[in-house]
Amino acid sequence: MTDVLLDIRDMVQEFPARAANGARGVVHAVSNVSLQVRAGETLGIVGESGSGKSTLARAVLGVPPPKSGDVFLKGTNIARLKQKRMREHMRDIQMVFQDPYSSVDSKWNVSRIVGEPLRAFKVGTREERRKRVAEVLDLVGLDPNVYGSRRPRQLSGGQCQRVAIARALALSPSLIICDEAVSSLDVLIQAQVLNLFERLRTELDLAYLFIAHDLAMVKQVSDRVAVMYLGKLCEIGPAEDIYRNPRHPYTVALLNSIPDPDPSRPRVKIDDQISGEPPSPVNPPSGCRFRTRCPRAQEKCALEVPVLQSVGTEHSVACHFPVGSENAAVSEGVTSGSVSVNTSNDV
Amino acid sequence: MTDKLLEVKDLEVRFRQGANSVYAVNGVSFDLDQGKTLAIIGESGSGKTVTSRAMMGLLPNTAVVHGSVKLNGKELVGLSEKEMLQHRGLDLATVFQDPGRSLNPTMKVGKQIVEAIRLHLPLDKKAARERAVELLGLVRLPLPAQRFNDYPHQLSGGMRQRVMIAIALACQPKILIADEATTALDVTTQAKIMDLLIDLQSQFHMALILISHNLGLAAQYTDEVAVMYGGKIVERAGTKELFSNVLMPYTRVLLDAVPRLDRSAHDSLPSITGGAPNLTSRPTGCSFMPRCMTATDRCREQAPPLAEEEPGHEVACWYPLHDHAALDEVGT
Repeated sequence: MTDVLLDIRDMVQEFPARAANGARGVVHAVSNVSLQVRAGETLGIVGESGSGKSTLARAVLGVPPPKSGDVFLKGTNIARLKQKRMREHMRDIQMVFQDPYSSVDSKWNVSRIVGEPLRAFKVGTREERRKRVAEVLDLVGLDPNVYGSRRPRQLSGGQCQRVAIARALALSPSLIICDEAVSSLDVLIQAQVLNLFERLRTELDLAYLFIAHDLAMVKQVSDRVAVMYLGKLCEIGPAEDIYRNPRHPYTVALLNSIPDPDPSRPRVKIDDQISGEPPSPVNPPSGCRFRTRCPRAQEKCALEVPVLQSVGTEHSVACHFPVGSENAAVSEGVTSGSVSVNTSNDV
Repeated sequence: MTDKLLEVKDLEVRFRQGANSVYAVNGVSFDLDQGKTLAIIGESGSGKTVTSRAMMGLLPNTAVVHGSVKLNGKELVGLSEKEMLQHRGLDLATVFQDPGRSLNPTMKVGKQIVEAIRLHLPLDKKAARERAVELLGLVRLPLPAQRFNDYPHQLSGGMRQRVMIAIALACQPKILIADEATTALDVTTQAKIMDLLIDLQSQFHMALILISHNLGLAAQYTDEVAVMYGGKIVERAGTKELFSNVLMPYTRVLLDAVPRLDRSAHDSLPSITGGAPNLTSRPTGCSFMPRCMTATDRCREQAPPLAEEEPGHEVACWYPLHDHAALDEVGT
């Protein structure tokens, strides 16, 4: 277990909320989620808005700290540390956000933006810091002599995101949390930045917690993928397994909602796979939280909360009636539309 | 030629910025039949939204529009705002990207639909209200009669987009333009809204223009695709033809850069360097030339016209990709 870098155990995050009629309630943003990220590994987290994926990442960083649960970083429980002690561990985890422009100071130049974490942690002399800034800018493919003095408004979206990545790299972290870090970029720029993440991973032996709503993109970069719905972990497993053999009905619905850039693949009617609108996290459904939208839901789903159980090597699902558990339906919902494993029904 | 529902010819849009100009759309031509779906695909700044706004007459005063947009043979470019009102909403309607910003936050959603109905149709308040509830049901909003009295903030993003679609459909337009209508939504909601749009499109036999950067949506939901780059259409073909037989190097690059489920993890995505073209001057040659791997001097000097390369497949490139394949064969 030495290679576990980040170990999230039973994390719960809740926020007070007030309903329109004045009644007080609690937003169950993250409910008993346990996850591990290994050194040098990319763990993708997918889920829709409100699934708790960003809240989970922020709770790891302690902004704000989780309501309960533990977060072990290289064996130290950082969720239980005082702010001051916590800070030292923060060097090891850095974050890259969705909107590059709003995550950097628009009045600072690139060198100052990238050097800020070094100054904040009082790393080295001024000269050493300057060198390090040049080094990480080089790493992300920006010439420090050209871009060092530029301001964010003089950068394109892709370049600005590279600056944000350089800043995240400055302190040589072992884990980078990417919260929808490429979602707002154009396809070609997105591909460049994804390739950059991949290159950095192999060169610097980084681990990523890669959060995005686009399952296709997450699969592209991840070793393992975790699927979240309404604050709960539905399914977690190796990226290839999740996509070839999804077991949770929600994962199946997510996979089938991705429009395939191949017109010859038949489209799946999504209403048959997921119905209605997501329920309120203030008052989540009893039992399985997905049951109100699930085509497979039965009485048991309302009564008992499904626990994560192993369905394969490193592959776990939290569902009473997982997809593919009945023989006839092993490939049901999977072959149609998104997945190309089964070629027998192709034209 | 006259029975085309929509005919866009040599459309040019230039934005004045002091002494400078931004050449946003540089000669776009296409047409659209009733009941057909057309995707206009491109990156930010490719001119796809400006094209649609020029058709709707929704451009700011700094825009200079040349060319022709004909709806059932009637010219729309150059119409006054008052004349344009006769068409906007009635013949042409748009669903925009951000349903949160397109709706009036201080007005009940039902009233906003009623407003759209009564602007064009001679209905009294009661009849318009009934029609509005009917429209809300049509866009599959649960409990339409109750939702009528909700404010936009009480609805989720997907529900708001359904309200926007109800407003767009209020007068049964002939052409519905969905301008990145599902981009801000979650994937499952996006799939639901797209299914709804396509159902309504065939139910009312509307023409649908889908403006998007998402090639997957174009592949799954449209009959025809036009790819834009630097304010021009660079490739246009039937959807199946386009995706199986890409001729323009830019389209190839764009398709290859999309993360796909059937790629294995950690595969590097083919991509190209460089950014979108600078549109502050009119490009002399092909605007994709600086980023193109196969560009020659000819591409630098002469802009390739959009020409039919194969039946029903137009491409604006001096060296369409099938030539390369042929060349490779000769070479080996």
